[in-house]
Amino acid sequence: MSNKVFHAQHAMGRGVRGIALVAKDGFSARYDLDRNAGIFSRPAHKLAGLSYFGKILVLETAKGGVATAWMLHEMHARGVVPLAIVLNSVNPIIAQGAALGDVPLLAGFDADITAAIPNGATVEIDPRQKTVTVIA
Amino acid sequence: MKLNDEEQDILAGKQGPVPQKALQHQIMVGDFFGAADFVPVTQAHIMADTESLGEAGVQWLEALAAEKNGRRRVRIPTITDPRGTDFAKAAFLRHTKAMLTLEERAIAAFVKLGVLMTNTCINYQTVQPATRNEHVAYGDTGVVIYSNSVCGARSNFEGGPSALAAGLTGRTPRYGFHLPDCRRATLHVRVEYTPATLNEWGALGGVIGRLAGNYWAVPVIEGIEGAPGSDALKHFGAAMASFGSTALYHLVGLTPEASRYADVAPAGLPTHRVTRADIEALQQSYHVTDEVDVVVFSAPQLSLLELREVAALCEGRQFKVPLLAITSPQVKPDCDRMGYTEIIETAGGTVLSGMCFYQSYAREMADAHGWKRLATNSAKLVNILGGYGYQPMIASMQACVEAAATGKLK
Repeated sequence: MSNKVFHAQHAMGRGVRGIALVAKDGFSARYDLDRNAGIFSRPAHKLAGLSYFGKILVLETAKGGVATAWMLHEMHARGVVPLAIVLNSVNPIIAQGAALGDVPLLAGFDADITAAIPNGATVEIDPRQKTVTVIA
Repeated sequence: MKLNDEEQDILAGKQGPVPQKALQHQIMVGDFFGAADFVPVTQAHIMADTESLGEAGVQWLEALAAEKNGRRRVRIPTITDPRGTDFAKAAFLRHTKAMLTLEERAIAAFVKLGVLMTNTCINYQTVQPATRNEHVAYGDTGVVIYSNSVCGARSNFEGGPSALAAGLTGRTPRYGFHLPDCRRATLHVRVEYTPATLNEWGALGGVIGRLAGNYWAVPVIEGIEGAPGSDALKHFGAAMASFGSTALYHLVGLTPEASRYADVAPAGLPTHRVTRADIEALQQSYHVTDEVDVVVFSAPQLSLLELREVAALCEGRQFKVPLLAITSPQVKPDCDRMGYTEIIETAGGTVLSGMCFYQSYAREMADAHGWKRLATNSAKLVNILGGYGYQPMIASMQACVEAAATGKLK
């Protein structure tokens, strides 16, 4: 099998490789997470109860308020942070937070990235090339 | 991004490391969104409660504030969103000494950077509203959507680090809602019921926010009867921004860029109908129990007129469960002076200032007080608090005050 490569419209940060945690749902550090426990905590979220620590989050869109802009930095400082974030649609807040918090971020694909990447797949992020590669 | 001479000087460190770091951050964000250049801004508004900042964020601020070389202070009026506590009521809130110390350190750093500690998310009602076509760098999403939509100003969502950067450099990357093309409508919503209460306005905003679904979607809305007031549009926009990450809407015949539908809407937009049943269904979806542990009026902070209404409902009542009414430091003295604070607190409620419930260690307050089942008239608040372990329920202001008196939400 060959690797599948997806090209993003927007990208920033370091290249990383890790396990994808995928859902067709949004992302807000304030609305969705228990940052002390390192899990998704909003009961209605499709990843409720699951740990995001060290995972490459593959989600639909950035949601909610502006707190994510600080919270990714705070999460990074404690070492309990997603390895990278990949979204179909992005808002300024998550980009600002990723810039401060040193979290690789890719967004904007031709395909629905939450359908294209299987949950649990090993993926490689290359922000310089603006690519997400699913490792076969 | 194309940089002018001044921006190249800032980037080269000729004005010192603080504006240099700020501009570097802004270029990262601007490059990410393909901004061609910077646009000067006249005001900045920073969301920076310490629950969001954490120790790491406060240390980051303190490092900027301690910088001895070059320019350190903001160069445009830069104000703040609510803080993480009301120091005068911290014991009642059961905020710990560690929380208060972190708050004090953050405030000290902001003051050294020249930031005005207004501590409000309703600056458009209490400090100074932005004007049409004024480019600003505002933080709180409710502030942005109100300023863009009702005032006709131009702002993206600027998170705390970016809003502070804009204050320090006097500019922001020109992308998103600073560009006329991004302000055109992308979906058409026909509303078949005009809300009568603030909770209904918030619920309508929530329904439309869910339809819009992402930051770049701009609803153009028809069917609203009459002219909604500032508090109605405050709840409407704050909820739309919260549920949908929406930053701009147009109300045909009401908001300044949409005198006519065709002013903002290209032909062939997808149309959605929103009925009274949709508004009621959103509210009902949160009503999971009749028992209430706490009643909260917040998110956004209350105007003087809202507090007047709360006080009238509280007159002569005795509450079984706590009722919190949260406002800005600009409104609180008037609330005291008009006698509203005394009425609310005689009934057993508490009027708080300069904070907002969800920005003030909501999870820790829930643990410390045993609060779980929460009644509010804010659609924004119910959308946020589920992740903090609450069972938030939305109802009218009248029903919420009744719940404070009886412990039951009808």
